Amino acid sequence: MSVSRFWRKIPQRYNLVGTQCTTCGRHFFPPRSLCPDCRRSGKIVDHQFTGEGTIVTYTVIRSASDQFEHTTPYVLAVVELDEGPRLTTQVACSPEEAKIGMRVKSVFRRIAADGESGTIHYGTKFVPAE
Amino acid sequence: MRDVAVIGVGCTEFGERWGTSFRDLFVKAGALALEDAGVTGEKIDALYVGNMSAGRFVEQEHIGALIADYAGLATNHVPSTRVEAACASGGLAFRQAVIAVASGMEDVVVAAGVEKMTDVGTGASVDMLASAADREWEGFAGATFPGLYAMIANDYMHRYPLTREQLAQVAVKNHENGARNPIAQFQNRITVDTVLNSSLVADPLRLFDCSPITDGAAAVVVVPLDRAREFTDSPVRVLASAQASDTISLHDRRDISTLDASVAAGRRAFAQAGLTHKDIDMVEVHDCFTIAEICAIEDLGFCKKGEAGRLTADGATALNGDIPVNTSGGLKACGHPVGATGIKQIYEIVSQLRGEATGRQVDAEIGMAHNVGGTGATVVVHILGA
Ligand SMILES: [Zn+2]
Repeated sequence: MSVSRFWRKIPQRYNLVGTQCTTCGRHFFPPRSLCPDCRRSGKIVDHQFTGEGTIVTYTVIRSASDQFEHTTPYVLAVVELDEGPRLTTQVACSPEEAKIGMRVKSVFRRIAADGESGTIHYGTKFVPAE
Repeated sequence: MRDVAVIGVGCTEFGERWGTSFRDLFVKAGALALEDAGVTGEKIDALYVGNMSAGRFVEQEHIGALIADYAGLATNHVPSTRVEAACASGGLAFRQAVIAVASGMEDVVVAAGVEKMTDVGTGASVDMLASAADREWEGFAGATFPGLYAMIANDYMHRYPLTREQLAQVAVKNHENGARNPIAQFQNRITVDTVLNSSLVADPLRLFDCSPITDGAAAVVVVPLDRAREFTDSPVRVLASAQASDTISLHDRRDISTLDASVAAGRRAFAQAGLTHKDIDMVEVHDCFTIAEICAIEDLGFCKKGEAGRLTADGATALNGDIPVNTSGGLKACGHPVGATGIKQIYEIVSQLRGEATGRQVDAEIGMAHNVGGTGATVVVHILGA
């Protein structure tokens, strides 16, 4: 991913900052600048998520793209944040440990690198909450 | 709106076609379709081409113009348009051709699909296919395309009675059909053990749950129904053409295990045709992974949620079953050149309805095609009738 494309979303990726529509109250992560329910009448503000949630579904990636190949195997999951929205994330735990319904919390981690000497991308991963 | 008919179809052999270029593929498919239709180049009014990612697979954009040129239609200045909706690009190109003819704007229209995938390495193609999902919020986290469908499979198996063996039966059945299809990439029969002993790609999906990387092209010719007899004695009618969208990301779906866009496109298609699932004699569904065929059978209404595994294990979706699914071998065995797949589905249905599917022929007068982009953000459904 290009440096500017990554840099643009650093607050969201590093700190789990999403958005909220204050017209209907719905939370968004990944952030949206247009509420799908209220559309143009929705007023959107930033929202800091607590980072606590539950695994909805998951898999163990054994074969990845070049950028992630050195990380395999890794647990990838859809996590539902306690505020409502769902996101796709890695869970830093063993393949055997991951379970549907497991409680998790967000942490700041290295996500991927563009080649051996390229840019290192950091962002949010999740770990078991217990 | 005018009624529309398919008057000719053509398809290249699918596979790892090292000696064949992107241009060779679509020229071959186009020539076969025109020959089948009995149409000469100067009669063609327009061209629609489904292609997902020539820009990244062969570093070529402006595909519409390139194809018009190498098909010998550039000097006639025939309009040519590329259509993209990831793996649903082919189905969408066919739909654009149908709309062009139905509207009265054009009379003789070619819909084609082409993808040349083997000029890049596996890691690069895994990355490219992941761009059918959300690059910023799924791909960035390390989601692969098999990984997203694996999460559908895990959610599904957590909620519904589907065994690992039943899932494998989807691939076994599609290889059985592929073994009877001369254009299929894989013409070998496999067993449940072949699937269960293959390497894990993304749990619970194994290598034999996944469709392969494929080169291939397909083309069809559509005209107004009232002109079809000028060209052929066996026109195939387009009874419905439907399309639906959903969220780009799997995590934003209402239900992880239901492709709501399949449900919507299926219902719209049945309403247009004035038919129900009981009227469909065969269906080509988008089995990019075994779990995708299970979901498709249910989402299109052929059985209730949670029943497709048992239906498959009982043989109901086999060639001699109640509702033959993927007589071509599907994406799994016939191969999946992403932009060409939706057109190949039309090719297979027309072959079946005309009684020309030697070796895998089923008794069919009405067929359905179901083509999915990404994990279900675009779905295109067509119903054709003899
Ligand atoms: Zn709102």
